[in-house]
Amino acid sequence: MTNKQNLIVIGNGMVGHKFLESLVESEQAPNFNITVLCEEPRPAYDRVYLSSYFSGKTAEDLSLVSDGFFETNHIQLKLNCSAEHIDRQGKTVTTQQGEILSYDKLVLATGSYPFVPPVPGHERENCLVYRTIEDLEAITAGAKNSKVGVVVGGGLLGLEAANALKDLGLETHVVEFAPRLMAVQVDEAGGALLKSKIQELGVRVHTNKNTQNITDGDTCKHKMEFADGESLETDLILFSAGIRPQDAIARRCDLELGARGGISINNHCQTSDDNIYAIGECALWGGMIYGLVAPGYNMAKVAAQHISNSGAASFEGADMSTKLKLMGVDVASIGDCHARSEGALSYAYTDEVNQVYKKIVVSADKKLLLGAVMIGDAEDYGNLLQMALNNIELPASPEALILPTLDGAAKPMLGPDALPDSAQICSCYDVSKGAICCTVQDGAQTLGDIKAETKAGTGCGGCTALVTQVMNSELAKLGVEVNTDICEHFAYTRQDIYNIVRIEGIKSFSELLSKYGKGHGCEICKPLVGSVLASCWNEYVLDNKHIGLQDTNDIYLGNMQKDGTYSVVPRIPGGEITPDGLLVIGQVAKDFGLYTKITGGQRIDLFGAQLHELPQIWERLVAAGFETGHAYGKSLRTVKSCVGSTWCRFGVDDSMGMSIELENRYKGLRSPHKIKFAVSGCTRECAEAQSKDVGVIATENGWNLYVCGNGGMKPRHTDLLAQGLDKETLIKYIDRFLLFYVKTADRLQRTSVWMDNLEGGLDYLKQVVIEDSLGMAEEFERQMEAVVESYQCEWKTTIESPDKLKRFSHFINADKPDENVQFVKERGQIRPASESERMKKDNLIAIS
Amino acid sequence: MSHFIDVCALDDIHLDTGVCALVNDQQVAIFRPAATEQVFAINNYDPIGKANVLSRGLISEVKGNLTVASPLYKQHFSLDTGSCLEDESIRITTYATKIENNRVLVAL
Repeated sequence: MTNKQNLIVIGNGMVGHKFLESLVESEQAPNFNITVLCEEPRPAYDRVYLSSYFSGKTAEDLSLVSDGFFETNHIQLKLNCSAEHIDRQGKTVTTQQGEILSYDKLVLATGSYPFVPPVPGHERENCLVYRTIEDLEAITAGAKNSKVGVVVGGGLLGLEAANALKDLGLETHVVEFAPRLMAVQVDEAGGALLKSKIQELGVRVHTNKNTQNITDGDTCKHKMEFADGESLETDLILFSAGIRPQDAIARRCDLELGARGGISINNHCQTSDDNIYAIGECALWGGMIYGLVAPGYNMAKVAAQHISNSGAASFEGADMSTKLKLMGVDVASIGDCHARSEGALSYAYTDEVNQVYKKIVVSADKKLLLGAVMIGDAEDYGNLLQMALNNIELPASPEALILPTLDGAAKPMLGPDALPDSAQICSCYDVSKGAICCTVQDGAQTLGDIKAETKAGTGCGGCTALVTQVMNSELAKLGVEVNTDICEHFAYTRQDIYNIVRIEGIKSFSELLSKYGKGHGCEICKPLVGSVLASCWNEYVLDNKHIGLQDTNDIYLGNMQKDGTYSVVPRIPGGEITPDGLLVIGQVAKDFGLYTKITGGQRIDLFGAQLHELPQIWERLVAAGFETGHAYGKSLRTVKSCVGSTWCRFGVDDSMGMSIELENRYKGLRSPHKIKFAVSGCTRECAEAQSKDVGVIATENGWNLYVCGNGGMKPRHTDLLAQGLDKETLIKYIDRFLLFYVKTADRLQRTSVWMDNLEGGLDYLKQVVIEDSLGMAEEFERQMEAVVESYQCEWKTTIESPDKLKRFSHFINADKPDENVQFVKERGQIRPASESERMKKDNLIAIS
Repeated sequence: MSHFIDVCALDDIHLDTGVCALVNDQQVAIFRPAATEQVFAINNYDPIGKANVLSRGLISEVKGNLTVASPLYKQHFSLDTGSCLEDESIRITTYATKIENNRVLVAL
């Protein structure tokens, strides 16, 4: 038996945690006693998406720790515990609390701290930084009593912080020492354009400003005095002037540091002491501190492999190219964007009308791409990045790569075939072209498949277009023809069918079949067309010309159960029901001997109704004011809700009223699959809106709109589509969202899968819904209005139509029930008898 | 040769749907596909879902064969031969039909 080695990890940030995840994957993991010291009060969370904390994500949502991670892997986690001292001779670490822990291997993942310029007054009240959840809590608290906020530092993080201040409702300024924003990633011309775009969004940008002093203000809490004699008054100051490696503990034990800080490491991430490793933003490799998460993750893997002796990975620097959206502005930077390489040449293109700036930097012989800058339009990023990373020879006129195409001339696109298998397509999850091709060879055929298998495209989403190209090219190579025809009768996609029906005003299946289809239709195309016709024209689904299109449940307006009986679900908007309503449902269930159960969507399901009983049951329910709940339809099911501000001590707004209004607006809308909503009255989120197709959450600033979540087989959390909305805008956006989904989704495709397959993802959806990039918004709203106006309760219509009622009988020629339907009693209610119970005829309940 | 029994009016069956009839204590599913002038009769019992539900299935054309798709688990049964397209070992009883004076007749 080998003795276990003691491994201590100082720091449980994103990189420190990635190290643990990598290490426990190794077969050697059981040979280590692992102790983690974490100075924060909570284990690792996602700092990249920190700003989403302001839009309602909780510390729990941001957590990177999977359930039971530390327990299952026998890792001892010490929270609120910082390391004070390392004794390299004795191989021990002393904690702040005075505990002495001995180590065989030590990993420093201490990260960095925000640099606060030593300006007099920087420690005044409401002078804050932006790095931890505690910092964000302080910012939220500080913003409550503030009107004006200033971010010091116009880099990437600074602009993100400025966006947060703006969203908190402050008049926001950015103060930058350098002559331009994002000085590291962007050149002068790009910086100027970025500045003007950001100013347009209502953030004031002050460049070339050297803060000399912070003192009492006249109109605000503070006054910032600049070297040029000017000044700016503000209530809150947020320092985001760069990061510094957290290397103090390494300095105290004489590990080798860089001249400007950072713990020097080799390609295995070892420091000058072989038993001590450093990873992430505290580490210095080749004179560089890597302030991005991807290189940090890479270091974590390298160190984990080296310590556990389970691989030969080595850290050899990282690409610092980035593409991001800052306050809605696309910004991208690749490689040597300042043309500092010897002999480097640049091409630049400026379009002041559309506010686009692009530049490429090429080698002296014009054969290789060295760097690029893009502001306002970063669509070429994926293409250019691959060219730069893979040393792909440039076309004869490299400028064509960034010039707009005229007269339909094709841009010299880099075909995916030009890329080597090793080319990294998704940098967030380090997925190579080869890995995507393998997934396709194993049967993946859609973007959604690739995302599920490889995670490619699920981080920032910047690579989805390229992922799709690689996938399509591989499919073509394999000779796989992806047939998107809905069935043998229609050589069209569902979206084609929808467009044909709407544009040509087609009103029946037979008309569509005779013009665009062949044969007689099947159980795929009939319900599909039935649903599309209902989405478009909203006619009664049991109308003679539609009745043959309706599937199992729709055709009898009930949910068929295993024994051929039906369940009945009256609509209970928002889950709100009067005591009298409850009594009616209870009495109906009792009179017809039905099994009752409360559903997950806050209503009541009555089981065991036979065909002939359905109209009798509904006659009673309709008379009491109930409507059909469409539980049988691919349509809006429920809008779940909490009681909201009406009753709840914590409620921020009237979620109950909102949910009832939404349910009544969208009830009856037929869609590619069922749709579920929820409305929560505050960010405690008791209605679980973030797991629904459409989720609405009340905040102090208005309603936040979340979309494309679901529970079910593959749960998916929603994405935030828009925030701080008033009621009219909220409803407008939901109208547009729903109709865009109804128009473009595949048959039986939930919004979650639809979103995963939407090229351009959430950003694209925002453009369509919020910015109206398709110019369809008004049309969508008009169509939704038509659906709302033409609503009818299908059960009310049915019980009022004698010829329709004839079908609701088990036999067309006899007034008898199906004798195969038999129930027994269980826990005081009926349930279908099993086959053997039916044979034995024991305990069967007499059926009317 | 068994004799034909009058079951219902042709108009009792909506075009492109089915109904169930009780014929000599047998549950018979009768379909009226839009594709033909004919009606078809098969046993109403779904041997896979184990319930009397086939009359409530969707009429579905599969590669030129008229079938009904079970409303429970969607297997296709040929209206003509009763065979299950998904499982060759399963075949359900079919019955002769005719239409006379707008009445539907079935022979067991």
